[in-house]
Amino acid sequence: MRSRVNRRLLAGIAAASVAAIALAGCTGDIANEDSGDVDCAPYDSYGTFEGKSVTIGGTILDLEADRLQQAWKDFASCTGIKISYQGSSEFEAQIAVLAEGGNAPDIGIVPQPGLLARLAAGGWLIPASKGVEDNVDKWWSPDWKQYGSYDGTFYAAPLMASIKGYVWYSPSTFKDKGYEVPKTLDELKSLSEKIAATGEKPWCVGLESGEATGWPGTDWIEDFVLRQAGPDVYDQWVTHEIPFNDPQIVKAFDSVGEYLKNPDMVNGGIGDVSTQISEAFQTAGLPILDGTCTMHHQASFYETFWNPDGGDANTVAPDGTVWAFLLPPVNEDDPQAVTGGGEFPVAFRDAEEVEAVRTFLASDTWANNRVKLGGVISANKGVDSSNASSELLKQSIEILQDPNTTFRFDGSDLMPGAVGTDSFWKGIVAWVGGQSTQATVDAIESSWPTS
Amino acid sequence: MTTADLIGKILQLLMGLAVFAVIVGLLIFLIDKAPKKGRDYWQLVGFLAPALILLAIGLVYPAFRTFGLSFLDKGGNFTWDNFVWAFTQPSAIRTLINTVIWVALVPTVSTVLGLAYAVFIDKSRGERIYKALVFMPMAISFVGAGIIWKFVYEYKSAGREQIGLFNAIVVAFGGDPVQWLQTDPLNTFLLILVMIWIQTGFAMVVLSAAIKGIPTEQIEAAQLDGTNAWQRFRNVTVPGIRGSLVVVLTTISIATLKVFDIVRTMTAGNFNTSVVANEMYTQAFRASEVGRGSALAIILFVLVMPIVIYNVNVLRKQREIR
Repeated sequence: MRSRVNRRLLAGIAAASVAAIALAGCTGDIANEDSGDVDCAPYDSYGTFEGKSVTIGGTILDLEADRLQQAWKDFASCTGIKISYQGSSEFEAQIAVLAEGGNAPDIGIVPQPGLLARLAAGGWLIPASKGVEDNVDKWWSPDWKQYGSYDGTFYAAPLMASIKGYVWYSPSTFKDKGYEVPKTLDELKSLSEKIAATGEKPWCVGLESGEATGWPGTDWIEDFVLRQAGPDVYDQWVTHEIPFNDPQIVKAFDSVGEYLKNPDMVNGGIGDVSTQISEAFQTAGLPILDGTCTMHHQASFYETFWNPDGGDANTVAPDGTVWAFLLPPVNEDDPQAVTGGGEFPVAFRDAEEVEAVRTFLASDTWANNRVKLGGVISANKGVDSSNASSELLKQSIEILQDPNTTFRFDGSDLMPGAVGTDSFWKGIVAWVGGQSTQATVDAIESSWPTS
Repeated sequence: MTTADLIGKILQLLMGLAVFAVIVGLLIFLIDKAPKKGRDYWQLVGFLAPALILLAIGLVYPAFRTFGLSFLDKGGNFTWDNFVWAFTQPSAIRTLINTVIWVALVPTVSTVLGLAYAVFIDKSRGERIYKALVFMPMAISFVGAGIIWKFVYEYKSAGREQIGLFNAIVVAFGGDPVQWLQTDPLNTFLLILVMIWIQTGFAMVVLSAAIKGIPTEQIEAAQLDGTNAWQRFRNVTVPGIRGSLVVVLTTISIATLKVFDIVRTMTAGNFNTSVVANEMYTQAFRASEVGRGSALAIILFVLVMPIVIYNVNVLRKQREIR
């Protein structure tokens, strides 16, 4: 009996130690509190806040989150503000619930203006302080400032950016076959038809993305609305001043349909038209590498998908394996219009240290810090494009900084969730699957919330 | 996270447990010291109150709040719109129809299959192994089963290597790969197949136990009366396990009405496969249409209620007979 008790005790201790060792594996080392050799000159103007702490939440995870934190590390050690970041893939779904319960982080990095508007309408957001607003007026275009505002009040400065509407292609294929990068939508059409005439399908498309299946198609529509109908109609469309089944939107759908619903145009290297809905967006562009597809429409972030097995065998550069041009405008001399995305750090707590952090996040110092670390761009005009980590990002920064560029936020991020993250996606899937344009836009229009 | 953080968190956890133990101990101590007069009453209150309070906070209050929310628009005004939407929008109606198909098929098919299997393997050699084989899917979570079957149905366009079992077989026999999960209405039935795969084991185990509970005398008497196997099954076995059949059918019905994990993992409600529980989540948390989500929750509640009441009634009657 005694020995059994001992054995049990032993087993318990053994289990506890195993658990302890296993848990210790989850931890990093003791945090290295290095603040010795930091040049604090750029941060003097923010003042010091010894002992204050600011919590930040957002959707940014893993490597991106590490880089995010590294970009504000010096600021934190110079001002004495302890910044703790917590990323969650469920952030968007949870933030409104957290805010309602009074448990939101001090700053939430919101990736959609629509969500910002919803939080602002709930009365949970603190309007931006003068410091933040001054930085935005200085470093960002009015297009961007408007997306951080709700009902005339300015709430948050943009953080980072991405550009949608790139068309990926292989420069060597274009050169070998004598294709020219199209300068207008008509040229794009005739190039596609030329390729189709050879029996090859010029475009490869993948709409599958788990519960978000269909979204790459919404990018196509948004790009065509912005280019064909112009930014004013685009704004009216996303704010529902014109209905979703307006003739101008129908026209954009039909223009896109000449590619996505045309068996001669898709799905290069993959199969017939119906394969678009089962092909994952991550792998859809890869047929370009083996020459079975010529063009792929996807955002700037697709840069990281070209080496699915890791390594750097496929390079992204004008003379590399793949390169991208922006979906061209209707006329060659039209100003460049791009759609894209970005994040907005909104504040839930009214405190000086929170605003200091937000002012810093709106500055050119932070933007350069972050861009230098690689992988992202910012529309901040103070960003030196040579800091970008790749040719494509450098070009993207230059496009965003060009005063002639019209920037519009990804439309589905601006529409109410019931449309932008539900019926629009599902509508694209049904439409590509054979539903008529009119039936599709009518269905999406009827799902638009009335209040 | 650093080691220091981790230690801090473990200490926090231990503190929490300690506080809990102290509160429970104090409660028991106080109840024990309650005045002699009405001590039974005090004990009843003392022991039931924590559970009742937690039920009220965690179940009753949210139920009433959901009911209220389903009649509110975004501005907080009374409206019927959420229910109108649920019964008029084509996509919402499709959701309701799908749910009906699920409830019609899953409980019946899995009960029939489970019963047949239980009868056939009854008293056979290696019964336990046969049982374990069919019961095993029960041990897999719905999400796990969804992921497994998603791979089984995986589609790669013709000419590429098929990694999905179904399409690999189709292609091996010279056919063209099929987009199983993208083809409406086939996809709904393929999702239902997953649920049946899981629930058959449950039905089989419960019914097998019930069959073993039928007195051998009844079977033997029937045999002496010259009945064949089907007649014995029909007139002796089935009436003998009627109670268990009802329990199995209703339990699976309720699980089926609430099905969420399988649909969400495999198609996320795309391609016209959505069911009420999945649409409820999509509307409330992704589309941020809390009113519509709540309305669907209420509809689900109304659908589940009769089955629960029936189940309780049957159980009560059985107890009376005994």
